[in-house]
Amino acid sequence: MIVRTIVRLTLATLFGHRRGLLLYILPGVFVGLCVLLAFTVDDKSGLAPAMLQQLGLAVILPLVALIAGTGAIATEIDDGSIVYLLSKPIKRSTIILTKAAVAVGVILVLGVVPIVVSGLILDPGDAQTAAAFGVGALAAGIAYTAIFVALSVMSSSAVTIGLLYSLLWESVLGQYVDGVKVLSVQQWSLAIIQRLTDLPSVTSDVKLPISLILLTAVTTAALCLAITRLRTLILSTAD
Amino acid sequence: MSTIRISRVSRWYGNVVAVNDVTMRIGPGVTGLLGPNGAGKSTLISMMAGFLPPSTGTVTLDDVPVWKNESAYSQIGLVPETEAVYDTLTGTDFVRANAELHGLASPGPAAALAIAVVAMEEAAGRRISTYSKGMKQRIKMAAALVHEPSVLLLDEPFNGMDPRQRLHLMDLLRKMGADGRTVLFSSHILEEVQQVATHIEVVVSGRHAASGDYRAIRTLMTDRPMLYRLRSSDDRRLASALIGDPCTTGADLDASALQVQVVDFERFSKLVPGLARDLGIRLLEVSPTDESLESVFSYLVGRR
Repeated sequence: MIVRTIVRLTLATLFGHRRGLLLYILPGVFVGLCVLLAFTVDDKSGLAPAMLQQLGLAVILPLVALIAGTGAIATEIDDGSIVYLLSKPIKRSTIILTKAAVAVGVILVLGVVPIVVSGLILDPGDAQTAAAFGVGALAAGIAYTAIFVALSVMSSSAVTIGLLYSLLWESVLGQYVDGVKVLSVQQWSLAIIQRLTDLPSVTSDVKLPISLILLTAVTTAALCLAITRLRTLILSTAD
Repeated sequence: MSTIRISRVSRWYGNVVAVNDVTMRIGPGVTGLLGPNGAGKSTLISMMAGFLPPSTGTVTLDDVPVWKNESAYSQIGLVPETEAVYDTLTGTDFVRANAELHGLASPGPAAALAIAVVAMEEAAGRRISTYSKGMKQRIKMAAALVHEPSVLLLDEPFNGMDPRQRLHLMDLLRKMGADGRTVLFSSHILEEVQQVATHIEVVVSGRHAASGDYRAIRTLMTDRPMLYRLRSSDDRRLASALIGDPCTTGADLDASALQVQVVDFERFSKLVPGLARDLGIRLLEVSPTDESLESVFSYLVGRR
């Protein structure tokens, strides 16, 4: 169940603070870069999937998801304003699921859509690749949201941990280190993208069924963890 | 009519004991939770508000534990000490959001009513980020009142308020108490608590130090041995006369003043002017030397 009031309050927190600007800047820079490349590079074969994967899916999406996922709840926990949500007769699961839905919505608009648009800019003739990356990015965005929301409820340094995770684990190790690839949200989403396109350059180290199972399992487990932790979240100023 | 029961509650953080074996019952009317900073008042309020589990013991609202029980919040209105609110919203939007989160049937009118109760109609259309500390406190109060809770918990509500806002809030708390609501507020200032609370609970160093109506607490506080400093035209004669009376237990004379240890304040306060008149001594100064709340508290704890 989604509560409209929580959606409104979450959006007010997400975009009311300076950190919200990053949500526009990141996809803005990405799309801008793709426009620049579209006009300057002559041999564009393979450019679209390379940009979408190595910059869009590996860097921009996890960062947008990090800001949206932690911004949807960690900011309120940090400054204490979460007390106005928690002191209400609302199920804790409703609070978490609503906030996760808001984060996914933000990622859809400011992470997934820019990836699709960039794909179309780089290669207007290949809408299939752009759409495939869109679907994969959305699947990854949902899993990232669950991970970052859970991290926000569990740790007061969620942003730092999330940043290390998304930049080191997902962006670097997840692209180049074999063992890590199997446990990377990015590779799981690539398996989906691989199925939806017929480009030889897009490959995943994880098979599609396993990827889907892992995506679902991680998302569900992270959301359950977040709900359980929120139920026993201690709010106390030490006098 | 609601009752909060705290029975044999302790709470510790690692090695630090914040609340130590406290038992109290808070019923309808205004109760002041009085204690110096760091006494465990906020910890107690957090436990009553269900945001902190007691390490041992139980905290219940009408015999139902409040920890992990979100349905209790239909009855609880909480004014937290924390400054942070959704300050990009206007006052009206914020109070209305609270009404909606409570699932009220008509959140708009309920919010307008609560804003009127705290007399914030004029500023309600402005963003909360433009509010003064006292105005923020009042809009938080409106948010806590919007669902007409039977229990109102306020953590240091008078902090940052100017004298006029303070009087207004005191009036409001008295009214809420007279309506039969259970109102509990914490403060480290005796005068504040005396003016509003019909019942006072004193906590010091995590322990429940005293309990009673304000007269009982005041008697406790004035009945303790106190050190008075006197200056007069003849300190030595005054000293010998005072020490002859059982209301004092000691006198200390130095070059500039006379310090007298007083055990019976009432008798002492009648004795001094009479003595001075009879002996023809002019009194220049009579003042308590340890009137600070901390010394009152340390006396109350030592007494136990």
